[in-house]
Amino acid sequence: MSDHSQSSPLKMYFVVWGSLLLGTLLTYEAALLDLGRFNAAVALTIATTKALLVALFFMHIKGAHEKLLKLVVISTVFFLFLLLVLSMADYGTRAWS
Amino acid sequence: MSDSTVVGLNHEEQHRPELLHHFADAQQQRDSSSFGMWIFLATEVMFFGGLFCAYLIYRGWYFGDFAAASKSIDARLGGANTAVLICSSLTVVLAIWAAQTSRRALLIAMLILTMLFGVTFLGIKGIEYKAKFDEHHVPGASFSFDHEEIPGHPGQYANPRHAQIFFSLYFIMTGLHALHMIIGLGLFTWLLVMAWRGRFTPEYYTPLEMGGLYWHFVDIVWIYLFPLLYLIDRHA
Repeated sequence: MSDHSQSSPLKMYFVVWGSLLLGTLLTYEAALLDLGRFNAAVALTIATTKALLVALFFMHIKGAHEKLLKLVVISTVFFLFLLLVLSMADYGTRAWS
Repeated sequence: MSDSTVVGLNHEEQHRPELLHHFADAQQQRDSSSFGMWIFLATEVMFFGGLFCAYLIYRGWYFGDFAAASKSIDARLGGANTAVLICSSLTVVLAIWAAQTSRRALLIAMLILTMLFGVTFLGIKGIEYKAKFDEHHVPGASFSFDHEEIPGHPGQYANPRHAQIFFSLYFIMTGLHALHMIIGLGLFTWLLVMAWRGRFTPEYYTPLEMGGLYWHFVDIVWIYLFPLLYLIDRHA
C-alpha cells in the first residue's frame, strides 16, 4: 500500500463503519413505513449503497491500480445483472402463468 | 552481474523469504493473489446469485405468502446480526492496518475480535433457527404454517405450501451464508496463528488482505439477505 495515505485510512474506516450502521438502521425503519411499491426499491437501494461502501473502501476497489481486477469486478456485476434481469424479464412478464 | 545471480536469487528474494521464486517481485506476487481471490469471489457471486434469482422469482409469484412468512422471523435479531457483521468488517480492516503499521498486539486483538463477532453472529443465528424449529417453520414433514394472515389483507391466510418455499429459501440462503461464516472463522484462526508467529510485516500481509476480502464478501451477502428475508412488507 502507498505510504502517503498512512494517516487518513483510520478516519475513513470509521466513517464507513458509521455509515453502514446508519444504513442498517435506515433499512429497518424504512421497512416499517408504508411506501407502497417503493418499499422494495428503498430497501435494495440502501443495501446496494452499503455493499458499494464495503466493496469500495473496505475491499479497496477504490484506488486499486490493477486493470485485471477491475475487469473481474465489472464482469462479475455484468453477469449477475444478466442472470437477474433476463430471468426477471422472463418471469415478470408471464401474464399467462 | 553480482554473486547473487550465480545462485539464482535476486536481491529482493534474498531478503524476503515469503517471495516465491516464480514471481518477479513482491508486487507481482501480491497482485496475483488478489486477482485469484477476486475471480474466486466472482464465482461466489454467481453461486449466491442463482439463489437470489430463485428468491426473486418466487417472491414475485407468492408475494403475500412471502410477506406473512417473513413477518414470522425476528427482524430485530436479523438487524442485530447485520450490525455485528458490519463491526466485524471494521475489525478486519483495522487488523490489516495494524499489520501495515507493525502493531502486532493490535493485529492479534483485532483478529480475535473479528472471530468473536463471527461467533456472536452464529449464536444469534442459532437462536433464530431454534425459534423456527419450535414453531414448526422448518420445511419438511412437520412443517406447519396454518392460519397465518397475509399482512395488509385481514381474513386472507397464507398458503402453507408457498410459505414453505420461503422458508426453504430462508434456510438454504442463511445456512450457506452461515457455512461461509464458519469457513471464515477457520481462515481467521489460521491468520491468527500466523500473526501470533509474527509472520506478517508491513511488507508482507497478503494472507490478511485475502482473508479480509472473503470476510467482506460474506458481509455483503448478508447486507442483501437482511432486507430481502427479514423485511418483506413489515409495515402492513
